[in-house]
Parts: sequence; structure tokens; C-alpha cells
Amino acid sequence: MLSPVAEAPARPAIGVTIAAMPPPTPEMTEPPTVLLLDKVGCWYGSFRAVRDVSIEIKAREVTALIGPSGCGKTTLLRTMNRMNDLIPSYRTDGHIQFEGDDLYGPGVDSVAVRRRIGMVFQKPNPFPKSIYDNVAFGPKINGFKGKMDDLVEESLRRAALWDEVKDKLKQSGMALSGGQQQRLCIARTIAVNPEVILMDEPCSALDPRSTLQIEELMAELKKDYTIVIVTHNMQQAARASDKTVFLTMGDDRAGYVVEVGDTVKIFTNPREQLTEDYISGRFG
Amino acid sequence: MSAIVPAARLGHRFEPALMRRRLTGTLFYGACLAAVALLLVTLITLLVDVFVRAAPWLDVDFLTGAPSSRPARAGILPALVGTFEIGLFVGVMTFPVGVAAAIYLVEYASDSRLNRLLQTNISNLAGVPSIIYGILGLALFVQALALGATIFAAALTLSLLILPVVIIASIEALKAVPSAQREGAYALGATRWQMVKRSVLPAAAPGIMTGIILAMARAIGEAAPLILIGAFTFVTFLPNPFEGQYTVLPIQIYGWAIRPQDDFQGISAAAIVVILALMLILNALALVVRARLSRHIQW
Repeated sequence: MLSPVAEAPARPAIGVTIAAMPPPTPEMTEPPTVLLLDKVGCWYGSFRAVRDVSIEIKAREVTALIGPSGCGKTTLLRTMNRMNDLIPSYRTDGHIQFEGDDLYGPGVDSVAVRRRIGMVFQKPNPFPKSIYDNVAFGPKINGFKGKMDDLVEESLRRAALWDEVKDKLKQSGMALSGGQQQRLCIARTIAVNPEVILMDEPCSALDPRSTLQIEELMAELKKDYTIVIVTHNMQQAARASDKTVFLTMGDDRAGYVVEVGDTVKIFTNPREQLTEDYISGRFG
Repeated sequence: MSAIVPAARLGHRFEPALMRRRLTGTLFYGACLAAVALLLVTLITLLVDVFVRAAPWLDVDFLTGAPSSRPARAGILPALVGTFEIGLFVGVMTFPVGVAAAIYLVEYASDSRLNRLLQTNISNLAGVPSIIYGILGLALFVQALALGATIFAAALTLSLLILPVVIIASIEALKAVPSAQREGAYALGATRWQMVKRSVLPAAAPGIMTGIILAMARAIGEAAPLILIGAFTFVTFLPNPFEGQYTVLPIQIYGWAIRPQDDFQGISAAAIVVILALMLILNALALVVRARLSRHIQW
């Protein structure tokens, strides 16, 4: 059962030194599965956008979803934190397990799901509030009882934004540059202490330098969080992810998974011809 | 790849007629300017005329006195207080009802045909002549609910009159909030109400507040419906909102303006200046509130 916020499973509270946790090393056993998708299909009314997706998202790894436009990457991503529940005609079939529990099971509250599986969007969407209030938003609505100032600072530090904004926390979050706004949105997501962070093309609206900053940040964040990222940028997937899921569109216009594997393998020695064609830029 | 062929060689011909295009632009600019000038001239003429007539009568005694059959002693305090009380009641009643209705239609109700039909009908209600609302108020509040021809009944009537305007302004303000704002709140584990309260409402607040203040200005300037709710009376005392007679500024102005004597025309003009000042204050308030509430908003 996905428990309410108050009884969320013990995780190092923000503020605790994370260095105390052993970093995952290759010698360790395979990391646990956080999200398990089994024959997942995504429907908008009678249109099937995604079919038969069976993949595993491993803990503390970056999993990249790549594929041509319209193949359902974003739909699939938004299915993982029940964001698509907000679209009236939308439904999911198949099964998704989140840490062993049915994500769409009866009695599972999508509101509780979204705190534990956060999301960063394509276009930075800070609230029209101060930088401080942007970060404090999530903790406030989720009944955070600790010291808000510390949580805000810690979250901004983890998002590699603190040094740039520490003197102007009262200024509008919307007055920041695009890259800073996106890092603010990441800080805001981290502040509710999620287990998974879903990123939907988080760099597509950013310049190359800001993009690099976000990628460096992801490398840092994956020590504590499981990250799933949708990207159109092949170099980004190659640079920043551990696992890559390649989707494409079938004749029925439904997206399906062609190949899943270690990013290194997908980009150097793909099993499928379709994958090779896509990553070498021959289509898509 | 074929080389780029110059357009002329393909047989395309252009007649730029730059002079004519620029002239069209200049003419349009002139037309816009003329429209503004026409408005300005009308407005200034009216204002100057009113101020010139009002000047001899405007003083503190005029603001603090009660109406009198002798123009030199007449004042507008009862009408001013009546207008204030009505404005207050109308604001207090339309704000929660209007905003809640708009929130329901935009954030809760599904985007169905019924919803769109409702919104169209609310827009139509905003166009119903105000005297009709007066008749409704007379039948419903004064008679059926037996509230009498009081300030309270008048405020309820005017609330009905401006509710469509408040609802429409609020709907537009809510719709103008990008859906990314809603998703941002949901993605942090907000419930729908938390999303509305902490994300959408603050973002829509500048538009909503502007709409409400401007709608209140309209309510305060209304005369027609209140004639039916008993405001057209000679009142020399400060009104009790729930019983007894009352009057309001627009009606007081009308009452004086229809008298033949020049002096009454003068104090009528003076009362017009007072209500204009009131409108100016409300509009300025709308600007200030808007600027204050939108200081963090940039989209």
C-alpha cells in the first residue's frame, strides 16, 4: 500500500548527510526495481498511444526514454506518477508496480503517489511567487513540520541553485533565467522528498550551458533519487543516462518499446536495426 | 540539390507599391488617433462643464450636510452614506459567490456542453437591462422576502446585477492561468483544492480583484433599478441598512437635476463631481491592487 505522507517509508531526511550512505558501486548486486511496468498500454479515449510496454526502472539510476516525436514517451512518463489521471478520457491498462505495490490499485491515492514520484516539466513552470515560496510550496501542502528555512536551503543547495539565489530569496521565481527556473523547479520537487523524479524533456527550452548544468545536477541527484528522463537529445541520453529505453511508433500509431538496455550498449552495439537507425540519425 | 533560381527567372513578378502600403498605414494611424481625440474632447467638455457648474457649491458643508429645499444648505451626506453602505454590502456578497461560481465552472466542472451553455447564459445576463433587475429585486427581495425597500434589498438587487460581470471577469482570470501552473502544483502532491487555493487563485487574483472593483463601481453608479427599490426619496437622515428610507448618489443627482431652478442644477453638478471622485478612487484602487498582486507574475 502506498501510505500517506506521514507514514512514508524511512528515507534519509533532508538535512542528514547523504555521504554516510554507501554509493552504489558496480560490485554491488543489481539495484532494486522501483517501477515495474508490465504490458502497459495508454489510451486517450479509443486511441491507443502506447502499447505493451514492459520495462523496469532501477533505483538510483537515470533511465532515458528516447524515440521519435509522437511515440508516446511523455504519455508513458506521465503514466508513472498518475499525472494523466487528470485527463478525463485517459486510461491505462496493464500493470505498474511502484516498490512492489500496484500504482493503479484500488485505494491508492494519486495525490500521495505524486508526492513520492515528482515531476519536472518541459517548460520551466515556477509559481508566480518568491523563490522561497516556490520551494516551500510542496512542503506546506504536505504538512511539513520541520524548519522550513533549513529545508528550503537544503533543497536549493541540492539543486545547485543556492549560491545564485541566496541573497534574493524574496524575489519572484519567474524573474530567474530559464536554466535557473528549471533548477528551481527541481529544488521544488526535491523539497517534498520524493523517491523518483520524472523529467519530461527538462532541457528542451534551455541553452547548451544550462543544459549541461542540469545534466551535471542529474548525475549528482541520482545518488539519492531514481530519475526517469524523456529526451529528444540523443547526446543527452548518451551522456546522462545509465539505461536507455528506445520507443517508436507502430503502424497503428501506438508507441512501443523496441529495445531496452544499458545506455552504453544501446549507443554502441544496439541489438535492433531500428535502434541503430534512430541513434545514428537515419530517421526520427 | 538544384541551385537556387532567382525568382525573376521563374517568371514571378512583384509590385511592391511601397508608397501605397505606407500611406495605408498612415491613414489607419490617423483614424485611430481621431477616435481617441473624439473621446477626449467629449470627456473634457463634460468634465469642464460639470466642474464649472459645481465649483460654487463644493465645500465641506456640502459633503456633510443633508438635502434641503434650500440649495444653499443642501448636502449629500445621506446619499453618500447610502452609496457606501450599498457598495460595502455588494462587495461582501458578490466576492465569495462570484469567485466560487467561477472556480466551479473553470476548475471543477468538466468542459461539457452544459458548462459552455451556462457560461454563455451568464454572459447574456450581463447584458440584461438593469431596470429588469430592479423589477426582480422588487418582487423577490422587497415583497416576497419582505425585506422592505431598504438598503439591504437594494444591495441584494445590485449584487444580482453585477454577479454576471464578476463571474465572467473571474472566469477569464482563471482561464488565463497557464495549465502548467496547475500541473506544477499537482506534481508536488497537491489536492485539487490545494492546487486551486495556492496556485491558481493567487495567479488569477489580479484579474479577479480588478473585475470585482470595476463591477462595484458599476453598482455604485446604477440608478434605474434602485428607483423601484425605493431609493427615490427625500432623506435627511443617515440610513439604517435594514429598515427605513435611504437614497444613493446617482438618484440624488437625478432628483436635483430634474428641478428647474439653476441652483439645484449647480448642486446636482457638485454631486456629480463627488461620484466621479468616488469612481476615480475605485479605479485607482483597482490599479494598485492589480500591481500589488501581480508583482511576482510574469507570463
